[in-house]
Amino acid sequence: MALPKVVGIETEYGIVVRGVADANPITSSSLLVNAYLGQYTDKIAWDFEDETPGIDARGYRAFDAMPPEVESHLANAVLTNGARFYVDHAHPEISTPECRDVLEAVVFDRAGEEIMRRAMAAANAALPNGEVVVYKNNSDGKGNSYGCHENYLLARELPFGRLVSQITPHFVTRQLICGAGKVGCESPGVSAKQVPYQLSQRADFFEEEVGLETTVKRPIVNTRDEPHCDSQKYRRLHVIVGDANMAEVSTFLKLGTTSILLAMIEDDELGDDLSLHDPVCDIRAVSFDPTLRALVTLKDRRKMTGLDMQWELLRRARVYQETHGLECLGDEGIGKLVLERWQEALTGLEGDRFTVSHMIDWVAKERVLQAFQERHDIGWNDAKMRVLDLQYHDVRPERSVSARAGLERLTADEDVDRAVHFPPLTTRAYFRGRCLDKFADDIVTANWDSLVFDTGHNSLRRVPMMEPLRGTEAHVGRLIDESDTANELLRKLGA
Amino acid sequence: MTERTQKQKPAPEKTAEAEEVAPAAGKQGEKIKADLDDLLDEIDSVLEDNAEEFVKSYVQKGGQ
Repeated sequence: MALPKVVGIETEYGIVVRGVADANPITSSSLLVNAYLGQYTDKIAWDFEDETPGIDARGYRAFDAMPPEVESHLANAVLTNGARFYVDHAHPEISTPECRDVLEAVVFDRAGEEIMRRAMAAANAALPNGEVVVYKNNSDGKGNSYGCHENYLLARELPFGRLVSQITPHFVTRQLICGAGKVGCESPGVSAKQVPYQLSQRADFFEEEVGLETTVKRPIVNTRDEPHCDSQKYRRLHVIVGDANMAEVSTFLKLGTTSILLAMIEDDELGDDLSLHDPVCDIRAVSFDPTLRALVTLKDRRKMTGLDMQWELLRRARVYQETHGLECLGDEGIGKLVLERWQEALTGLEGDRFTVSHMIDWVAKERVLQAFQERHDIGWNDAKMRVLDLQYHDVRPERSVSARAGLERLTADEDVDRAVHFPPLTTRAYFRGRCLDKFADDIVTANWDSLVFDTGHNSLRRVPMMEPLRGTEAHVGRLIDESDTANELLRKLGA
Repeated sequence: MTERTQKQKPAPEKTAEAEEVAPAAGKQGEKIKADLDDLLDEIDSVLEDNAEEFVKSYVQKGGQ
């Protein structure tokens, strides 16, 4: 049986400081994180002991691989909602807490945007002459990209090679239902005249089928083997191929469809016959063609459109739902909702795609841009097109284009507000978040799989959290409620 | 405008077909279209000034 699909999203935001010439992005990102922390939480340092981004899931470390550096000197903190808010390279980044289902992950992704808005307000109060602005997108339009990564819990025994060949057809074609849209093209040798508008922010930047890197020679399947939990039992699939989404339905479909297909691969119910001959070539071809006629080539040289591939994956997912159920998504109802919305999206894309512009970012953006072009009689190469593209991802309500694009909401404002401060109830993020809220003075460091307490004893006490589905409200809620001090809690936990 | 750009506009006969297949989505789509003019008015008012300079100054290095 497939493991429960615990999920999370890490989003790197673009950052600029308006009114300040040549502002250093690392300094401004640190300012953003520290301003937020100064306002809302006690500072708890991140513990890097568990960080080993150079370990490769294929069981070896490639000779020419460049694992990302862990930058321990930069602003970095864990929040009471169980999330991590930090500076990664030259960007502010938020990782959601571990979520038990994909709807919850959409709520925490939204909460991440709200945290960014509050961080901007706090930072700008300290900046008399400038304004820090962040964008939830993945490209600057000049060949530089930054990621929105997803994480999924998988069984360790799943053979990694099979995972790679079976999930790749989805990673190449799912941009149809969750691409964020982009004006122009950043692939070497392809001009914006040839590709005035494409489905994905990220497709231009993928050069390998599989590999360890995240900043150069980006692979469609990333092999970073850093489970942040019991490595004997689990993998964490680190997906770097997606776009950051503004449309909640796009985020929901991105996470939901991928979760279902991963469960099918764990149960060996997806099959090998859809494997692609040249996925790197196909991911661009699919992205470059908003008419959706581009073909992908299978290993046996059959050709099909991206849309046909998505229909086939959905058909197989429906069979899996009937035979195995979708409780691994946290709730059968959520699994069924994913299948329904997936079908609705594909049906819309097949006919008049603007009928699903409330669901899918690239369609919503294209619709606004086309209408704007017609009203002002300008071409795709006009600078205003690129400004609109950028402002689609502006998280400030007064400037956001996506907030005006008629996107359907799946979340309620009060749930998002709550998720800014409070953790999910049904993963270990609950224990992390509650302890940080109640016992911050006694916690020295925190990371995904442990908390370290200093309660005045001779040695520090590390509480490991190697099981993503332990440390939930049901497990420890009462213990935390009934403990007045960290010492008392640790005693009750038997730590 | 390039050939490719023109192709991006949906063919009219497909509109009817899509509405038959997905009446709920089609209804939502109509409402969205009716709102399009209001949307464009709003977008004109929130669009950042000096587009050329705005685009030029947006540079993001060192991402994953």
